[in-house]
Amino acid sequence: MTTIAIPQGMPQYDGVPRFDVEKVRADFPILGREVNGYPMVYLDSGNTSQKPRQVIDAMREHLERHNGNVARSVHQVGTEATEAYEGARAKVAQFISASTPHEVVFTKNATEAINVVAYAFSNAAPGSRFALKPGDEIVISEMEHHSNIVPWQLLCERTGAKLRWFSVTDAGRLDLAPLEELVNERTKLVSYALVSNVLGTINPVSAITARAHEVGAFVMLDASQAVPHMPVDVTGLGVDFIAFTGHKMCGPTGIGVLWGRHELLAEMPPVLGGGSMIETVSMERSTFAPPPARFEAGTPPITEAVGLGAAVDYLTSLDMRAVQWHEKELTAYALDALATVPGLRLFGPNTPVGRGGTLSFALDGVHPHDVGQILDSVGVEVRVGHHCARPICQRYGVPAMTRASFYLYTTVEEVDALVRGLEQVRKVFD
Amino acid sequence: MQIDQLYQEIILDHYKHPHGRGLREPFLGEAHHVNPTCGDEVTIRVATDGASFSDISYDGMGCSISQASASVLHELLTGRATGEAFRVVDGFVELMGGRGQVTPDEDLLGDGVAFAGVARYPARVKCALLPWMAFKDAAARAGVDPAAPSSAPSPSAPSSSPSLSTAEAQEAPEVKA
Ligand SMILES: Cc1ncc(COP(=O)(O)O)c(C=O)c1O
Repeated sequence: MTTIAIPQGMPQYDGVPRFDVEKVRADFPILGREVNGYPMVYLDSGNTSQKPRQVIDAMREHLERHNGNVARSVHQVGTEATEAYEGARAKVAQFISASTPHEVVFTKNATEAINVVAYAFSNAAPGSRFALKPGDEIVISEMEHHSNIVPWQLLCERTGAKLRWFSVTDAGRLDLAPLEELVNERTKLVSYALVSNVLGTINPVSAITARAHEVGAFVMLDASQAVPHMPVDVTGLGVDFIAFTGHKMCGPTGIGVLWGRHELLAEMPPVLGGGSMIETVSMERSTFAPPPARFEAGTPPITEAVGLGAAVDYLTSLDMRAVQWHEKELTAYALDALATVPGLRLFGPNTPVGRGGTLSFALDGVHPHDVGQILDSVGVEVRVGHHCARPICQRYGVPAMTRASFYLYTTVEEVDALVRGLEQVRKVFD
Repeated sequence: MQIDQLYQEIILDHYKHPHGRGLREPFLGEAHHVNPTCGDEVTIRVATDGASFSDISYDGMGCSISQASASVLHELLTGRATGEAFRVVDGFVELMGGRGQVTPDEDLLGDGVAFAGVARYPARVKCALLPWMAFKDAAARAGVDPAAPSSAPSPSAPSSSPSLSTAEAQEAPEVKA
């Protein structure tokens, strides 16, 4: 028998890859700018992330050298554009460990990705496994972004199905106690955020997915706030669909992703009709291309896809485990720092465990709008309002919140600037 | 520092010590307006005999700009002849839509001039306007017509002329932020 000497400290973290945040910052031209005479402290990456030069350059280079339409040209630049577009798809597929690039559908954003599923379900022939009818149920959660609430409300209205939801505990976690009752034989779909855009909570997957699959329901994850910040492996997660959006992960606006298990996408009816999504068209009827083309009617956002591919390359070069670790350390620091601000109430988990770098809070007696405005006057950019997630604000009894959200370029000095800015806010409103 | 122009003492004062806050009876018209992007809310009630606004009561929830604006509105418009009140509304709306280029008329707008700086912050203009738009709705529901306010005489002139008898209602310019 051998004895193992356990070293001091936290050796389990020794192997975590890290990066030099100053080197990373140098890749983001905008981080050098000033706001109202102060160096910009950008703490709104949950809203949209900044873009590294690598992404900006890739898009410019594509437009300057390779622009053509995709999938419908025999000429050289058309071929190059097609290769670039499909190459981006392959990069994204690999980034999320999809089994084939055919599982990656490019959309306009996460919102559209969720809507594609909702409309494909309502376009499904009665009796198909995607079709909903009165008596069926869809389960979401109280911490969803409006993009993962409204499409399901509308689907329920169209089909007569019923919308139900997980509630959220005071600590900012999904209340899974009623899992068995909530997800039952009537449930057709469970859709919720992998990471909350308000509370920062990382939600559990395996228990919910196991229960959903046990009763024959599909599982969709809104991974908009997950894919940019941590390694996401769709095969490992075992869910059926995920949605995310390019602009929150160093990519451009105008491109999002729907990932779906291939056998499901292959069976789902199309949503938008038009060019590129067909197999053959006659005046009477059409047949449709296999996925992903079936769900990409019309000329897609080609340059944006190239930008997203470059973003994925960038993130991969940093290593998503390093990104995750960087944000975990920042979050731990920020939770401690914000705890020193008098009158500050944090919404969501108050330990850096099972949560990401998104911190929403209220400052006693000062409306978030005013907080945001005064922070802006000293260069600190945060989001204020209901964050497109009004139900969770109501859950905590507030009309709005102030949110600081971090990313791979955020520094502890920026967290300090936030805390100093909050001092300023208190002075004005004292 | 620019931010001082936004957060004038007067605004902060109205925010911390609102005038006439609280919903009161009796009233003839009520309107509840919400700013859907940020969740600010205000409810305005007007009591009127058709000639003047004998009371304007309000309640709300929101940022300092929207809530102070309601307090200023209460102070400026309560007791005013209706035609005159709508001239003030128009003056305030014009100031807010002016992107900081409009010189406010202090005689007309009173404490409302403190909001001149807000007009430079497009994102906040709708906060300042929220109670004013609710007021217009509440007045309309009370059956009071904003009678051709822009052609009305200046505030120093006797307030007898513009009245309910003028049929042509004129909409104040929509300001979107
Ligand atoms: C959790 C979550 N879901 C969905 C979205 C919608 O993203 P998009 O507006 O790019 O569709 C966002 C971002 O606003 C989000 O944070």
